[in-house]
Order: sequence, then structure tokens, then C-alpha cells
Amino acid sequence: MLDAVIIGGGVCGCAIARELSRRKGQFLVVEKEEDVCCGTSKANSGIVHAGFDAKHGTLMAKLNCLGSRKMPQLSRELDIPFRQNGSLVVMGNPQDRPRLQALYENGLANGVPGLKILERDALLAMEPNLSDQAVAALYAPTGGIVCPFTLTIALAENAARNGVEFQFDAGVTNLAPIPGGWRVETEAGSVDTRVVVNAAGVRADEIHNLACPEKMTIVPRRGEYFLLDKQAGSYVSHTVFQLPGALGKGVLVTPTIHGNLLVGPNAADVEEKDNVATTREGLAEVRSKSSMAVKNLPLNLTITSFSGLRAHRPEHDFSIREAAPGLIDCAGIESPGLSAAPAIGEMVADMAANLLKLEENPEFTPIRRGIQSPFSLPPEERQALIRRNPAYGRLVCRCETVTEGEILEAIHRTPGARSLDGVKRRVRAGMGRCQGGFCTPKVMEILARELDLPLEAVTKSGGGSRLLVGETKKFWGEEADHGGL
Amino acid sequence: MEACDLVIIGGGPAGLAAAVAARQAGVENILVLERDSRLGGILNQCIHSGFGLHTFQQELTGPEYAARFVSQVKGLGIACLCDAMVLDLAADRTLTVIHPERGIFTLHPKAVILAMGCRERPRGALNIPGFRPAGIYTAGTAQHLVNIEGKLPGRECVILGSGDIGLIMARRMTLEGAKVKVVAELMPYSGGLKRNIVQCLEDFDIPLKLSHTVVNIHGKERLTGVTIARVEQGLPVPGTEEYYACDTLLLSCGLIPENELSRGAGVELSLVTNGPVVNDRLETSVPGVFAAGNVLHVHDLVDYVSQEAAAAGENAARYILEAQTQTGPEIPVTCGPGIRYTVPQKIRLESRDEDVTLRLRVDGVYRNRRLTVLAGDAPVSSKKRRALAPGEMETIRLSRKPLPVGIRELRVLLEEG
Repeated sequence: MLDAVIIGGGVCGCAIARELSRRKGQFLVVEKEEDVCCGTSKANSGIVHAGFDAKHGTLMAKLNCLGSRKMPQLSRELDIPFRQNGSLVVMGNPQDRPRLQALYENGLANGVPGLKILERDALLAMEPNLSDQAVAALYAPTGGIVCPFTLTIALAENAARNGVEFQFDAGVTNLAPIPGGWRVETEAGSVDTRVVVNAAGVRADEIHNLACPEKMTIVPRRGEYFLLDKQAGSYVSHTVFQLPGALGKGVLVTPTIHGNLLVGPNAADVEEKDNVATTREGLAEVRSKSSMAVKNLPLNLTITSFSGLRAHRPEHDFSIREAAPGLIDCAGIESPGLSAAPAIGEMVADMAANLLKLEENPEFTPIRRGIQSPFSLPPEERQALIRRNPAYGRLVCRCETVTEGEILEAIHRTPGARSLDGVKRRVRAGMGRCQGGFCTPKVMEILARELDLPLEAVTKSGGGSRLLVGETKKFWGEEADHGGL
Repeated sequence: MEACDLVIIGGGPAGLAAAVAARQAGVENILVLERDSRLGGILNQCIHSGFGLHTFQQELTGPEYAARFVSQVKGLGIACLCDAMVLDLAADRTLTVIHPERGIFTLHPKAVILAMGCRERPRGALNIPGFRPAGIYTAGTAQHLVNIEGKLPGRECVILGSGDIGLIMARRMTLEGAKVKVVAELMPYSGGLKRNIVQCLEDFDIPLKLSHTVVNIHGKERLTGVTIARVEQGLPVPGTEEYYACDTLLLSCGLIPENELSRGAGVELSLVTNGPVVNDRLETSVPGVFAAGNVLHVHDLVDYVSQEAAAAGENAARYILEAQTQTGPEIPVTCGPGIRYTVPQKIRLESRDEDVTLRLRVDGVYRNRRLTVLAGDAPVSSKKRRALAPGEMETIRLSRKPLPVGIRELRVLLEEG
């Protein structure tokens, strides 16, 4: 019997897994998709919120602030890019002044350091492209930006390095109580465990409801975004929020940690838990709202648009508790969930360790090295690396300057990339301005070669997302060889 | 790395023609840098015929056309380095290059020719709403998969955009065993060549729906269908939506010159062509940096790319050999209504001894017009055109007779008659 099964390989599941691996035990992450970071964790703003927004006294506020404080050290341990670029919550309507003041005070109560209210002149000196309506703003210097993909993947890699197992394509179909624990039935077989952690994101209610009489509801709340070319990446340097006011909640405009500009999200509740379609109306809403915060935003430099789902609970707070004996819920983790994840991981792992009475793992290492980009090395080391392995001198993705060597590393790590999107999230091949137009066939070839698959079996994102249907010159609807047709 | 006089970035049709011309004009040390593992550029995947009618008076396939230039380059002993990607071009013409065997190295030639070609506009830049499943390709990516890899991306196909690659791929997918259900074009006219409409769509009974676009994409893992609607004044018309079941959507919605390196070097770019602003020597705003082919502006025929690139090669040779580093006074070439752009955008007043070739595109479909070039008030060229379309580039050659003294601009007009 395993000690703990974590359902869900998102940022929370992976953070919990890593924290659990500080203890001795047998831990398994089961994930419905083919990789970690395939749900809410992959499509969000990539913001580390300073912690002024979440209502003082809530679990959300506590974990946001704690997570945000942990992020600098965590990013160093995991060798992932993170930067405290500072956040601005911009007020466009003087009548909203009391709201701005209330936000400031809420932040103070939460213990957010360095908060200041800036008036228009000081504001424009910091962000010249703010809209003409900008009157004042709350400035939070500890607000930051992080890569949500590499954060999640690095947590998973470090957990795996410390002994945690991962099972992919393993959607949970049932949870059955057994003496001393649970039988977790998945699409990839069943497993017995003493403790179950429910970190299933938008589906955390489904997992909870398999085991608990009082029912939980998670509403998928969709947000749509525009991602802009790096040419626009310095259009603002801080994360610019709009103060929620009489006109509702605005959208944010922020540089990403990789130097693009991100604009969004709107918020619309949807029925299906996999409805990550963008809509004409939603994108139009984001476009129109963004102009209220920042003027002349170059949306013509959009390289892609996408949407993600927030795991919204009507109670609007995280639900982290032992929902049934040996079943720990980690549910309702909507924004600022990414920021809170390091603290969530610690809290949930502590709860599980207490239940299981686990000992410390003396072999635990918190250090994970990032995938080596030759371009981040000094010239001599770079030359040595390419001499040792010419794959680091073979450029595959020209927009993001990604070499074959990095892609090979992404594939051969644990858990490794098994699809185009898996490679993209790890090393950014296909993430740039041509959106994979140039490197897609090359990455497909590398995946097929390294994973020993026929090219036709390579997928975009696992499951039924095959990229090819077969050989050329086979007629539609007829697979058979016509033999002299 | 040996010193070189001329570095050509890109070993496609533009780079190869430029290299040949520069060598023939006397430049000894030329290096062609190609990021792919073979020369030829995009021509290698263009296995259809129709290339070379102007240059060789023969109808060649893309690889055949490329092979002719490759053998000239080889025959002239011009150095080419494949698998070499230029990471950076500085304003002083220092290039930083990455290569699997040579690592990262720099070059500092006397002149550079930009010949990086173009890329396709991806789905993301088009903001088509819907899911993001597998099965959506730019037409050129699909062309690579089919013609180079021998793999079929899908069986039931819808094509958005009627650019030439989209039209060529409509035929290719049909020949390879897929069913192409429709080609939708946002504009009221096609962006491709007339001959491609006839030979790739009409001959195969593939419908072309003008003023239509994709308004929704269905399918969570693999594409299952698209919704197409009629467009008026840029907006989809409610009630005109039609659903097409398909597993593949190919996009042929415009080509974007690849000018990231140019931008890094501080080369002035045109907002209309997305390529460098050049003078009649095809020299950019950065001295000693020339441009030709699709990196300069998107062409529809490779023959014109070769011609333009040969001119760039000759001009770069003159720059190197005559040590002609000073550019004299220049006047702009301006466009009258109906004309989107010209290349070059500037003419050197001192270019008395050289012919000037103006290439241009119109902004809509026109019949029975006249293309006139005015120098000041005086027409220096005028020619009648029965039909003009945005998909077909126009060429005007100005002979070497001197321009009137004191003119401030050349103006190109599209006139009645």
C-alpha cells in the first residue's frame, strides 16, 4: 500500500508531491493528462501576487502571502525564472478612491511589504503608457512574474528526483474506502493508498463527491488572454491591474517572465470542465477593457490567444482540509493559487505527514537544475558545451532560440516531454512569433526518434491529438494498398 | 573563421542568386549562411512545377529551380555553411552565428545581404476563436509534412486564405488522397495568382468562398470541424454560419518577412511591406546591408526574387569593390491612391548610370488602368495594364536617362485609362 496518492499534476499537486518527498514514503501522482501542467496551471497570468487582494482573514490571503514570500528562494532552488517586477492597481475613476484605500488597508492587514499609493505624476514616471484616465494606483513592489509551466514542471522533476512516482493518462474513475485507506481506481489501473490528496483543479469537486456525502461544487470560470510578440514585451514593465470599480473588474496587462506581453483575462462561467475555447465576444471584451488601463496597446502584435479555467468555488476561498478520513481536499484553488502553491504544498504535505506519521527523508535535495540553454552560458563554457554535444549548436526553434540539445533534455528528464506541447512548455520551442510554423516538423521528428515512435504517433498534447493521419497517396477512406490502381 | 567580404544570410533562392551575382561581379570571399541542412530554402518543398519560366524559359519544379542555382554556386566555388543560424546582426555588420560543429562565432564582413525570406502568419495572430486542437497548420508547414516527410496531415480539409501556398496545397492535398472541402477567403478577391486559382481549385472542383472566414474551431484533441461565415465590412454576418466537418485546417493568410535580425541591426523597416526600406541599390538604412527576396517584400514569383537578388549581389559587390560607403542624396518614391507600396522606397539622385526597377502592388482589383511614374510634374514612364490585383506584383523599369534636376520625389500613380 502506498503512503499517499496525489490526484492531479498541476502546480498544487506537484508542490505537494515535492514537499511530501521531504519525508520517507511511497508517493504517487496520478494525472488525467499525458503530462504535468495541462490544466489550470498551464493557462493563467503567470503572476505571483503580492497578497493585497485576497480578503484579510481568509485562508487564501494567508497562503497567498506565504507563497509569495517563499517564491524567491523556491525559484533559486528550482532554477526557474522569477522576477519581482512590482504590481500596480490603477484607479481610473476618482470616485473609486475609497476602494483603493480599502485595498491598501487590506494589503497592510495581510502583511504585504512596501505598499504605497502613488498619484498620477509618480505613476506616469513609472509607467508612461498608462491610460489618460489613470488617477492613482496601489503599488506593490513584491508582486512578481513567473513561468507557470517551468514552476510546475520543476516541482514535478524535483519531486521525481526525490522518489515520487508519476502516472499519466490516469484519470480517476472511483475512490473506494478500504481498511486503512483508499483504493484509487484510474483509467490506468487501481492503486491502494493510506492517504489521498485531492488536487484535481476544476475537477476537485468530482473527486470530493466520489468520497464525501456533503457535496462540493467547482465552477469552471474561463478567462481569455492575448499573448503579444516580444517586440511589445516592454510596453509596460510592471503588472498593471485595474482597480475593480463601478465598471466591474478590468483585465491586467503584464510583461511575462520570458519577455512577451500578456493581456487578460475576462471571466465567464462555463458548463464544461474542458471548455478552453476562446470566443469572439470574450476576446473583444479583453480588447476593450485593456484600453482602459493602458493606452494604444499594440494588440496587432498578438501572436496567440488562449483561455484557461479557474477552479472557482462559490464560497471563494481555498478549501484545504481532511474531507474524509485519509482524504485531504486541496480544492477551489483559483487565483492567487499559483502564488500560493508553495505554501499550499507545505500545508497539505504537513497535514498528510501528520496523518501518516512520516519520518524525514535524509536524502531529500531541494535543488533542481534547469534545462541548459547554451545562450545563458559564458562564451567559453558555451563553446565547450557545443563541442561536447553538437546538439546544443543546432538551432530548432528560431523564434525562441531553442537548440536540439535542450529539446533532448526536455524529453529525457523525468517526467519528460512526450508531445509537442510538452516540449513547448519545457523549452519554449513553438512558443514564439511563428507559433511552431517552422519547428513543428523538426520537433515531431525529434520526438519520434527519441521516443522510438512512428512519426504518425506523435501528438500535440497526448490522447487523441495526433498530428498526422498516415502516409501520403492513400486515398480517402481506403487504407488498403490498391496494388496497381 | 576566415575573413570574408560578403555574408549572405539565407541560402534560399534570394541568397543563392545574390551570391552568384556578387561572385560574377568580382567579390572573392563570399559566405552563404543557411539554417537548414541543405541549400534551396522553401523551394525544396515546392515540388509543383511553374518555376523558372522567366529565368530559364522552362517550367521547373522548386527543387529543380533551386538545383540550378546550387550548382552555379558550387561551380563558382562560393562557400556555404548549412545548419548555421545567425543569432544577431549588429549595426556595424558583426554577425553572431551558431553552428553544431563551429559553436558560436562572429563574422565581420564588409557587406551583408539579408535574404532570410518570410514566415507564415499563424493562427494565433489571426485571433480565430475556438479550441486549439491538433490539425491546424499553416499551409507551408503542411507542405513540408506532405512533400518532405511524405506524411498526410489529415483527410478532410478546409483551407482559410487563398494565398498561393494555400491554393497549391489545396491541389496537393487532393492529389495525396485528402478531400479539400472549401477554400475560404476573407477578402472579396483572392490573394493568389490567377493561374493558381484555375489550376489548383477550378480544375479540382474545389469551391472558393470569397468574403468568408472561419469564425469557430471545434474539437478538443483533434480538429473535428470549423464554422465559416460570410464577412461584411470586416465582421461576420450572423445567420450565415455554415459548419464544415473536417480534421484539418490549413492557413494561408499572409506572409511576414523575417526581419528580426534586421530590426536588431537598426535597419529601418516599412510598416507596409514589413521589410527594410531600401534605395534603388537595395541598400537598407544601415550602410553595407542590402536586402532582397521575400525578406524585403513578399513576391509571388521566384523568378522575380532571383532577379532582385542578383541586383542586390551586384550592388553589394560594387559597395565592396569600389569602397563606396557614402550614399548621396536620395529622394522618396511615393504612392498615389490605389498603390500599396513600392520597392525601392528611395532613389539615389546620383544613380544616373543605372536602370531603376520599381516593384509595386496595388490595393485592390482594377481594370484598364495606367501605371505612371512622375518625376516632379513630368511623366518618366507610363504603361497600360488591363488587369491589376493585389496578388500580382507589378514591375516598372525606368531607363537610365537622367532624372530632371531639382525633383523632390518620384510619384507612382494608378490612373484611369
